[in-house]
Amino acid sequence: MSQVLLHRNRLMVWGGTLAVMALLPVVFSQGFAISLLCQIGIMAIFALSYNMLLGQTGLLSFGHAVYYGLGAFVTLHVLNANLGIPVTLLPLAGGAAGLLAGIVLGWVSTKRAGTTFAMISLGIGEMVAASSLMFPGFFGGEGGVSGNRVTGKGLFGITYGPQIEMYYLIAGWAFVCMIAMFALTQTPLGRMANAVRDNPERAEFVGYNPQWVRYLMLVLSGLFAGIAGGLTALNYEIVTAESLSAHTSGAVLLMAFVGGVGFFYGPVIGAVLITVLQIAVAGLTKAWLFYFGVFFLVMVLYAPGGLASLLVMHKRLWQARMMGWLLPSYLLAAVPGLILFGGTIVMVEMAYALLGGAELGGSEVKVFGFVVDASSGLAWAAAAIVAGLGMLLLKRALREVSYQWNNVHAALTRGMTA
Amino acid sequence: MEFFLISLLNGVTYGLLLFMLSSGLTLIFSMMGILNFAHASFYMLGAYFAYQISAYVGFWPALIVAPLTVGVIGALVERYGLRRAHHYGHVAELLFTFGLAFLIEEIVHLIWGKAAVDYRVPGSLEGTLFTLFSTSFPIYKGFMMLVSVGMLLALYGLLTRTRIGLIIQAALSRPDMVEALGHNVPRIFMLVFGGGAALAGLAGVIGGNAFVTEPGMAAAVGSIVFVVVVVGGLGSLAGAFVASLLIGIIQTFAVAIDFSVTDMAAALGIDLAGGSNLARLSISQLAPVLPYLLMVAILIFRPRGLMGARES
Amino acid sequence: MSVKTAVRLAFAAGALIVAGSAAAQVKIAYIDPLSGPFANVGEAGLKHFQSIIDKINASGGVLGGQKLEVVGFDNKSSPQESLIAFKAVTDQGIRYITQGNGSSVAHALVDAVNKHNARNPDKTVLYLNYAAVDPDLTNVKCSFWHFRFDANSDMKMEAITNYMVKDKSIKKVYIIGQDYAHGHQVAKAAKAMLAAKRPDIQVVGDDLHPIGRVKDFAPYVAKIKASGADTVITGNWGNDLSLLIKAAKDAGLKANFYTYYGGGLGTPTAMGEAGADRVRQLTEWHMNLSPNKTEQYALDFKKKHNLDFYYLRVNNAMLMLARAINDAKSADPKKVAYALEDMRFEADTGEVWMRKSDHQLMQPLYISTFTKVDGKTVKHDIEGTGYGFKTNAMISSRDSQLPTSCVMERP
Repeated sequence: MSQVLLHRNRLMVWGGTLAVMALLPVVFSQGFAISLLCQIGIMAIFALSYNMLLGQTGLLSFGHAVYYGLGAFVTLHVLNANLGIPVTLLPLAGGAAGLLAGIVLGWVSTKRAGTTFAMISLGIGEMVAASSLMFPGFFGGEGGVSGNRVTGKGLFGITYGPQIEMYYLIAGWAFVCMIAMFALTQTPLGRMANAVRDNPERAEFVGYNPQWVRYLMLVLSGLFAGIAGGLTALNYEIVTAESLSAHTSGAVLLMAFVGGVGFFYGPVIGAVLITVLQIAVAGLTKAWLFYFGVFFLVMVLYAPGGLASLLVMHKRLWQARMMGWLLPSYLLAAVPGLILFGGTIVMVEMAYALLGGAELGGSEVKVFGFVVDASSGLAWAAAAIVAGLGMLLLKRALREVSYQWNNVHAALTRGMTA
Repeated sequence: MEFFLISLLNGVTYGLLLFMLSSGLTLIFSMMGILNFAHASFYMLGAYFAYQISAYVGFWPALIVAPLTVGVIGALVERYGLRRAHHYGHVAELLFTFGLAFLIEEIVHLIWGKAAVDYRVPGSLEGTLFTLFSTSFPIYKGFMMLVSVGMLLALYGLLTRTRIGLIIQAALSRPDMVEALGHNVPRIFMLVFGGGAALAGLAGVIGGNAFVTEPGMAAAVGSIVFVVVVVGGLGSLAGAFVASLLIGIIQTFAVAIDFSVTDMAAALGIDLAGGSNLARLSISQLAPVLPYLLMVAILIFRPRGLMGARES
Repeated sequence: MSVKTAVRLAFAAGALIVAGSAAAQVKIAYIDPLSGPFANVGEAGLKHFQSIIDKINASGGVLGGQKLEVVGFDNKSSPQESLIAFKAVTDQGIRYITQGNGSSVAHALVDAVNKHNARNPDKTVLYLNYAAVDPDLTNVKCSFWHFRFDANSDMKMEAITNYMVKDKSIKKVYIIGQDYAHGHQVAKAAKAMLAAKRPDIQVVGDDLHPIGRVKDFAPYVAKIKASGADTVITGNWGNDLSLLIKAAKDAGLKANFYTYYGGGLGTPTAMGEAGADRVRQLTEWHMNLSPNKTEQYALDFKKKHNLDFYYLRVNNAMLMLARAINDAKSADPKKVAYALEDMRFEADTGEVWMRKSDHQLMQPLYISTFTKVDGKTVKHDIEGTGYGFKTNAMISSRDSQLPTSCVMERP
């Protein structure tokens, strides 16, 4: 196993990751950017822990926020209890809570896979979320639980008061967790999880109890989700019932899926993308939830393997030096694609300005720097024509793209068999 | 006695409402194995369409037109979305419906705003049907029960007594065979999905004005309909019916019980007054969690549900 | 989109509607939901702020010509997102924040402001709370940097019970609420205050239901009915309130409902005529007050925004802030806070007072009933429902005052 981990290429990847993590806050030094980076780091751990279930073991969970949220609450309670545990190690308290919750809840939920597991996780998630308001003693009721992460002088003057120190704490934990989770995929347990995902009967014939494998994976995934929760608790110094909610469970599923569940690093891409989009697009337009929904549907329908699978596909071509075959058709598709994109956005923005008019005031809307009057039929007609034209051309261009793809694919397989 | 009867009546009413909401999902879930997260969104669309249509032509035309419109939308969703997602497996299908639910809510926000709309019970159905002791029972609730039972009978009849029903049932267990016999299985699936969506839409037409028509209404019932279907058992209409009634009655009676562990202990002469939160929690506070508890318990001990024919 | 542009965009985030121009010198960050399910409430609040700020600016602004400006920041109703927004606020150098929806958010913001001000004493931020009503915010968790312009939930209950005391027809009271902090506080305060003021009133029931999860309130109404209650007290808001009222009407329950949020945005539409003559609310203002000095302002507001004017306290908050800035001759939050403490201000409904000991505004409150418009006492309806609120009584600010346990630390 250590051989796999220490493989030269891999070592370079890990070293590069570490360097990027260390340098990011130097490049983006504004306070707000650092907060964003912190959020991304936490979500990356959370999404990776989720993928231990969905991607690696084939367990679709609708209640992963339970482990994350419990980890967060426990971390803050431990912090507030002043036990003298260094803040650096506190996320472990969250991890322990996630682990424990996994041991208990996993026992009942992993007896079966498939839809049954999904429904049980949904039920457990709903119950835990509902009980969070019933036990204000532990969950702090509506206001949640808050604490202060600055507990004293700290080691070497690191108090975790400034956000940048918090960033390095999160980055450090994220790095450690990533390595640990990756290492896990290389262990027999990780391999068996894949086998259980693909064919539980065969896994059983080989002598492994699939139920036991699922259970172990869920418990470990609870551990990492708990650590992510603990980091959230320290980062925001407040935890509310929201962190246990179905909303949080849905968000992590979204991140893992959009990033790509079939690849180890897929969820990390998803975490980065979704977190940035949520904040950046939300600041740009009122319609961001709409775009978000459309983006998600397009991903499900046209790139079910997630962004990571697209990357991998193209990496293969790159290595085979076949990108040149595709690039012209890509460019050909990009132009109508952009036309369609632009036309649609203008229409959506106008619709929001017009229909949300009572709430937002005024029918004039600024798109791409131009002011458009959404109440004019001309603007609508123009946008519709542009979008329609884009759609038409795009369809043609996509035919070309798929033609080239088939060529490339054929060439590749020929190369392989030859 | 009075309180018991009224609670029983309330429980049955609520149960029938749940059945109305979930019958379409049972159909889709058992036929196609799709966990349709957007089911409650079709319910919401039904309510909004009915609100819009009834503003022009009144409630009765809306009762017919709104569910049909929702059904057509459902069929289109199946044809141009789900069918594609189906190739990538169940998870992709489910995520598709997940995203669809999200998008529908946003579109509803866009068209009808974020606040509740003024969708009222029609004048002809207003008033009191009968008075039990001193509690009045509104006509509209009676109408709701009637429609719900009607749905059960119609669906049951359709599936067991008609040719199309038999084909649907056959396509469920032996799709390849049915295909070989010359039936267009994808089209059957499209019809089933559209039909399920239309049933949800009908529930929306009727539930929307009895309760509140607002953009959060889908999320509010989103998970409870799954509970009904899972508890009832996959592929069993009768199971869903029994589960709806069971959940309705359990929940209603639980609300009525103000008893907590502390009270119980007190009744036995043990003083737990300073006890934990858990001990002080009364059953009525737990009422809305009970369906989920029931679902988890059923899944653990009897995964095929109350009357289901098979496991998922 | 590269990460760098994304971050740059994120910087522009929040600046949704920039009403003012380069002349604006005193910015107020409005941190409330501007997307998601509660966005309509947040947007309505933002319009209230813009409207009164436009008026202040039109009459000369502050400090002899400086303009006020409100900048919206979307917190998506979440305490965590609020802290992210707060970060953006301080990054942009904005020194005043305001928020109202949700005490959980308010707690998070008070904590964040306290920490920020302690860590950056030269860049202090002042927090003007216009609607978060948790009593703790001006008691155990009070802060020098926090001012509340709405009566807290205990004060509201004090006002309601002081009114109920006079109504001898009240014999049996039922309390029902959402199972979270606010619902618990309402129930606790109602029981304690009724027992102290009218021991002859029987509290025949006390129910908590999970927030936002009950579809059918019929079982709860059956319980209320079985208890024989003639009056119901509830802190419910939104659908939990409308559904309760509808179920009560369906079952023929004849009881008066004393509510906190009967006139809240969307509720009159949702409950419709089911609420007629039985739903009472406690507010600092409503459209059918007599005399109503805000009538013309409210009509203009409605015409412009197609939205009912609701928050008189937003006007109070901004007018008082403007006066405090002028009195302090500076827009420095610390100096302004000292000027705001103990301020007495002539509001449209009479004199209001910002109590120095806990930064809680004392103001007259009104109890009113949801009634069909009759053109005389009920001239204006709400949300086009044909129903409006009719005053039952004015509760003077003395009658809603409560002692505070606040130990204020002043810088």
